[in-house]
Amino acid sequence: MSTQDIIDTLAGIEPGSALDAIRARRLQARENAQKSYLSLFEPTDASDFSLAERAAVAAFVTGLHGESPVAAFYREKLAANAHGARLLEAIGAEIARGRTSGPYGSYPAGPLSIENTAGLIYRVSAASKPALGARLAAVLEHAHLLVFRPRDAASADMKALLDAGWSNSGIVTFSQLVAFLSFQLRVVSGLRTLAAANA
Amino acid sequence: MSATVNPPLVFTQDELGWVSWIDPLPEAELTERHFNGLVDRARAKSEYFRLLVRDPEVLEARTKTDKDIFYNVADGLPRAERELAAAATSRYNGCIYCASVHARFASTYSKRREDVQRLLDEGVSADLGERWNAIVKASVALAATPIAFGPDNVAELRRAGLDDAEIVDVINGASFFNWANRLMLSLGEPST
Repeated sequence: MSTQDIIDTLAGIEPGSALDAIRARRLQARENAQKSYLSLFEPTDASDFSLAERAAVAAFVTGLHGESPVAAFYREKLAANAHGARLLEAIGAEIARGRTSGPYGSYPAGPLSIENTAGLIYRVSAASKPALGARLAAVLEHAHLLVFRPRDAASADMKALLDAGWSNSGIVTFSQLVAFLSFQLRVVSGLRTLAAANA
Repeated sequence: MSATVNPPLVFTQDELGWVSWIDPLPEAELTERHFNGLVDRARAKSEYFRLLVRDPEVLEARTKTDKDIFYNVADGLPRAERELAAAATSRYNGCIYCASVHARFASTYSKRREDVQRLLDEGVSADLGERWNAIVKASVALAATPIAFGPDNVAELRRAGLDDAEIVDVINGASFFNWANRLMLSLGEPST
């Protein structure tokens, strides 16, 4: 189904354009960014991390970055998922509660402590928890940490995910998904900015 | 996981170890599917890659993306400056491990070890000359959330002599480290 290059689509890169030719010089990167997307969103095995959960996390993460074609794309993906559409409202409410500016967080106590920056420690609202469930609530809290304050991550965060029912493999795929979106959002934003500068 | 961890307290170009907080796959359990995911068989020795290989398809695609963005130097931005973008992104996001690896690479390929060290010591506002400053600033703007990369960054990169293909290499290299930093920072920790 998804044969079109997702980064090119989201960045509005037309076949035959100057940026299309530049992207073609990094063909392996282009093809494997696409394969990364397909492996995360059309996986062969979704038993550790369901497709609805993937779409919900993606809508949340991209929404936290502010409104953009990428955020709209993943919101639509969530809406199109039979088990995901009912989550749209709660995810939208949590995006509004979670938006802030990053990166912030703390370093190990020592000379870098002077660079510690305080910021929102996001927790899912009591109102959204019944709709999201414990599993999804736990990863949304961790996704917010990954987006805005990755240097705060600690082993206790892994324990919280394991306690909420996530497997080791599910945690790896979830972490890859959030980290991949951090990449995809930035490539799309960068390419759009460059295209606009040439317009 | 059980090994004694001595977390580094400063950014450094020294070689660091990395210890996983959750269980990597044991080497003995790796199958051909996992080795395909590792891309380089030697990576089976690394705890980090044996953890990521729990999802071999994603790891394989990620690894091949990484290699082309950084190692394909047939044209575009010199390797040293791709590594600079990676090191600056890691310094800004606070990934001491990633910064150590890519600061070393930036030093090796640029022969400007002291300038690279100043990026680590002083942070992303260190004055490293027009061209490097433009690359560091663009990387920082891309790493911010919300993303702050804008037309001023493009203009500054152009004034520093970068053409559009080189600017795309900056965008790719800096963006990729927003992927790498989040894995390294959240699945385990560095140790001296």
